[in-house]
Amino acid sequence: MSESATKPMVTATLDGRTVTVPKGTTILQAAETVGVWVPHYCYHPGLSSPAQCRLCLVEVQGAPKLAPSCVTELQEGQVVHTESPKAKEMRQGVLEFYLANHPLDCPVCDQSGECKLQDYVHAEGRVHGRSREPKRGFGRDDYGRDVLFYGDRCGRCTRCVRFMDEVAKDPRLTVVERGNRSVIDTFFEEGLQGSAFAGNIVDICPVGALVSKDFLHKARAWDLDHSPSVCPNCSQGCNIDLHVRDDVVQRLRPRANLEVNHHWMCDYGRHRYEWMNRQDRIEVPVVGSSADGVALEWGLALRQVADRLANAPQPVMAVASASSSNEDLGALAHLVRALGGGEIVFRSERAEKEIPLPGFPTLTRRYDLVPNRMGAEILGMTRVGKDDGTGGLEGWAAHRGTLLVLGDELRDVGVDFGPSAGLYVYLGSYPTPAASSAHAVLPVTTFAEGEGTFANVEGRVQRFWPGVRPPGLARPAWLVLAALVERLGGAAVPESAEAAFLRVAELAPELQGLTYEAIGTQGALLNEPVALPGSRS
Amino acid sequence: MAYPYVHEKEVQIVSRGWGKPRTRTIDGWRELDGYVGFRKALEMGRAAVIEEVKKSGLRGRGGAGFPTGLKWSFMPKEKRGPHYLCCNADESEPGTFKDRELLRWTPHQLVEGCLIGALAIQADHVYIYCRGEFFEANQVLARAVEEAYAAGLAGANILGSGVSIDVTVHQGAGAYICGEETALMSSLEGRRGLPRVKPPFPAAVGAFGRPTTINNVETLCAIPHIVRNGGEWYRQWGTEKSPGTKLFCVSGHVRRPGNYELPLGFPMNELIYDVCGGFEEGRKLKAVIPGGASVPILSADECLACCLDYEGVQKSGSMLGCASVIVMDDRTNIVKQVRRMVEFFAHESCGQCTPCREGTTWLSRILRRIEGGKGTEEDLETLLALGTQMTATTICVLSDSAAVPVASSIQKFRDDYLALIRRGEAVGVV
Ligand SMILES: Cc1cc2nc3c(=O)[nH]c(=O)nc-3n(C[C@H](O)[C@H](O)[C@H](O)COP(=O)(O)O)c2cc1C
Ligand code: SF4
Ligand code: SF4
Ligand code: SF4
Ligand code: FES
Repeated sequence: MSESATKPMVTATLDGRTVTVPKGTTILQAAETVGVWVPHYCYHPGLSSPAQCRLCLVEVQGAPKLAPSCVTELQEGQVVHTESPKAKEMRQGVLEFYLANHPLDCPVCDQSGECKLQDYVHAEGRVHGRSREPKRGFGRDDYGRDVLFYGDRCGRCTRCVRFMDEVAKDPRLTVVERGNRSVIDTFFEEGLQGSAFAGNIVDICPVGALVSKDFLHKARAWDLDHSPSVCPNCSQGCNIDLHVRDDVVQRLRPRANLEVNHHWMCDYGRHRYEWMNRQDRIEVPVVGSSADGVALEWGLALRQVADRLANAPQPVMAVASASSSNEDLGALAHLVRALGGGEIVFRSERAEKEIPLPGFPTLTRRYDLVPNRMGAEILGMTRVGKDDGTGGLEGWAAHRGTLLVLGDELRDVGVDFGPSAGLYVYLGSYPTPAASSAHAVLPVTTFAEGEGTFANVEGRVQRFWPGVRPPGLARPAWLVLAALVERLGGAAVPESAEAAFLRVAELAPELQGLTYEAIGTQGALLNEPVALPGSRS
Repeated sequence: MAYPYVHEKEVQIVSRGWGKPRTRTIDGWRELDGYVGFRKALEMGRAAVIEEVKKSGLRGRGGAGFPTGLKWSFMPKEKRGPHYLCCNADESEPGTFKDRELLRWTPHQLVEGCLIGALAIQADHVYIYCRGEFFEANQVLARAVEEAYAAGLAGANILGSGVSIDVTVHQGAGAYICGEETALMSSLEGRRGLPRVKPPFPAAVGAFGRPTTINNVETLCAIPHIVRNGGEWYRQWGTEKSPGTKLFCVSGHVRRPGNYELPLGFPMNELIYDVCGGFEEGRKLKAVIPGGASVPILSADECLACCLDYEGVQKSGSMLGCASVIVMDDRTNIVKQVRRMVEFFAHESCGQCTPCREGTTWLSRILRRIEGGKGTEEDLETLLALGTQMTATTICVLSDSAAVPVASSIQKFRDDYLALIRRGEAVGVV
């Protein structure tokens, strides 16, 4: 690490292990570097530390009191015990206090299964609580937007208040009253209305006090699979996880990436996932015009399409989509090149304004409401049409050569697309009237079903992983397109998405040198000198 | 009692002038050698003032008894921006009522003490954080500050010395916790009155992020006398380690409760039976809380030999705190008294720290149950265990304070608890 060269380091002993960290690192953070996880509520890596939950107390040898490890800096030569009897006893005490007024309604609580109170109490809480007193009750409050507040479950960690203050810089939450009567509340009736980032407080609430209305009682946490992904709703490319049950995306959650989205994402992106669950899908390859089209298995379909492409009428024109991965777009570009070259355009929606997150403006809901405009442009594709994602194809009705479409549903054009084309091949996920003149309709997977990369607004190439199984015979577009290229005498079909990615670099020097391993889970900048594998984390 | 009458054993230093409306005016204060100390301090210079205060051995009267001269010397010598002095006039500890009298009878004594303190720590601004419910004191104090400005004793270039010190009286809004020094600063800054984690200590990062010293009213009131007469002079009273005089706020079942200014080290027995006139006919001493609600309760036996100085009270098993002596005779239901104190702390907890927020309420609920005749012996063990969990685990010591009366009363008056538990009958819960 270059850090060690510039910053003074301290070395100390933590649970018998030697740790060396830059001076100023807290005990809690230092512990994480050696895989020791100190329980904590109020500390969050994206927020200030008020050291008020008192759960992270650890024993520093020689100190009269236990130290809150979230704010106590590790000192040279210190000996720290996170698991000493004294530290454990005190943490057990703090946990007991948490439970004294907690409703323990885990069976109906959305947080159950991913709740820090459950986790910590299971790990080191008392077997039997000692409280015999009646519990205090606050009830439920609608904070506005997607957020519900279950006051009885709240641990008063103030993460939510601090997020709104420090990160959203939109202080709509506060603690009212004091002592045991203290409760989180909004100002006036407006609540969170008007906040573009309030959804994050649901994520960072360590218990089930803040829950999402959209997700309410939809799925149990333990039934959800988490797939690392990238938000497809704008060109910021916030790192996310798809939370999926039974091949249905249930919600999106931000995944930490300190250089893109920190721990956050915007509400706009968060709530646009339903389309990933669309049931109207193109499921089988169909070759032939709409009137006499025949559903075929892939081998036959590809052979028939390739046969026709072998004599593709000129010129070749293609409509792509900036929501497709670099792998898909690259494979399309390869096919167009194999056909002798031709123009590739894409249409994409653009917002009227950007929405920056004031406390971390690197994260901004961008103008471009597609994830891969950068990828499309470095592959030489041209953006056409209006900012609502329509138009730009006015001259195409009379096109007599070959037409290829990848991903664009062409809703605004409808049945009028491509009637006079000599050959029209449509690759997409959803049935559309615009494909009615196509000579072949080939089913491809959505981003949620496949593996690939997007290049975001700053030129960071980021990977996403499949979270949902594709329906029917849908296959990744890069695979379908590469299979056609192979049949036309081109290179053999790549064996994996990564191999497909490496092939894209042939067309875009910006991608050269990048590998899936180098991109990892945190992304890599275009043309960045490639770091050694694994060292980016 | 210092006001309205004086006991012969009292040594009146800070309480001189109480009861005479004239002392409230600048002229009245000058007749008592007022502002002589401040003029002297301006001539001596800040380092010599700190030395003199160190020599006097004056210890903070806000509760902890920390040496004032030493505290002042923690402030940065080199100034890189504003310094502040906060006078803690938020007096709200149950059983404490000394600062209020200082504020309403001798406001200039405090203003003078503040000016000397500010000079010593190079403060540009003094904030007197005055408890909001002290309506009269707030008015009296505001008038005194106005007079000091008019006389050129406060503001820019004081008495042509080149020294500038502003003084602002800030009225609190009704929270005991704002008497805790870091909460006081948060409140002063216009935030919620929440204690802050130390370090950083106020002398490094205090009010408005600047080096700050916080001193109690009584502490600052002793300063003009010490500077005027010298540190050695102050040591003629009190003990080696606890020099000087102290206001004792005596309340409870004595015949003459009130404020008494006595040399530190004064015997508790003498205070109760002589100065305060002892008990009503047929009553005898049961317990004393010698330093405000947050110190351990003493049994009658422990009181016998107790001397009222910082070390003496500690030797007897408690703390002098702010010398608020709460005396209880044999009619007292200890459980009820403890419950009321704990309810006070539960009401006043700021609620940040889990052990304090949950613990204070939990303790009070158990105590209420015991008082209502529904307790068990197991409850006593729970009370003690919760007390341990609340001690040394939080941001400020309010949490510890709430646990103290519980633990000490169970230890010393277990029979009172057991009587309620075993008889299983309610005593008037109020
Ligand atoms: C909960 C709590 C309440 C306090 N209330 C007061 C108060 O009302 N007045 C006061 O002078 N000090 C109070 N203190 C003590 C102050 O924090 C501080 O130590 C004191 O003002 C320092 O002044 P001194 O050095 O002159 O004693 C309180 C402390 C705590 C923990
Ligand atoms: S609602 Fe959640 S995040 Fe907010 S204070 Fe309560 S527990 Fe913490
Ligand atoms: S800023 Fe863009 S990428 Fe990030 S969550 Fe919002 S829509 Fe998605
Ligand atoms: S100990 Fe109690 S009063 Fe003090 S900061 Fe913590 S919660 Fe607030
Ligand atoms: S995480 Fe350290 S006190 Fe809350």
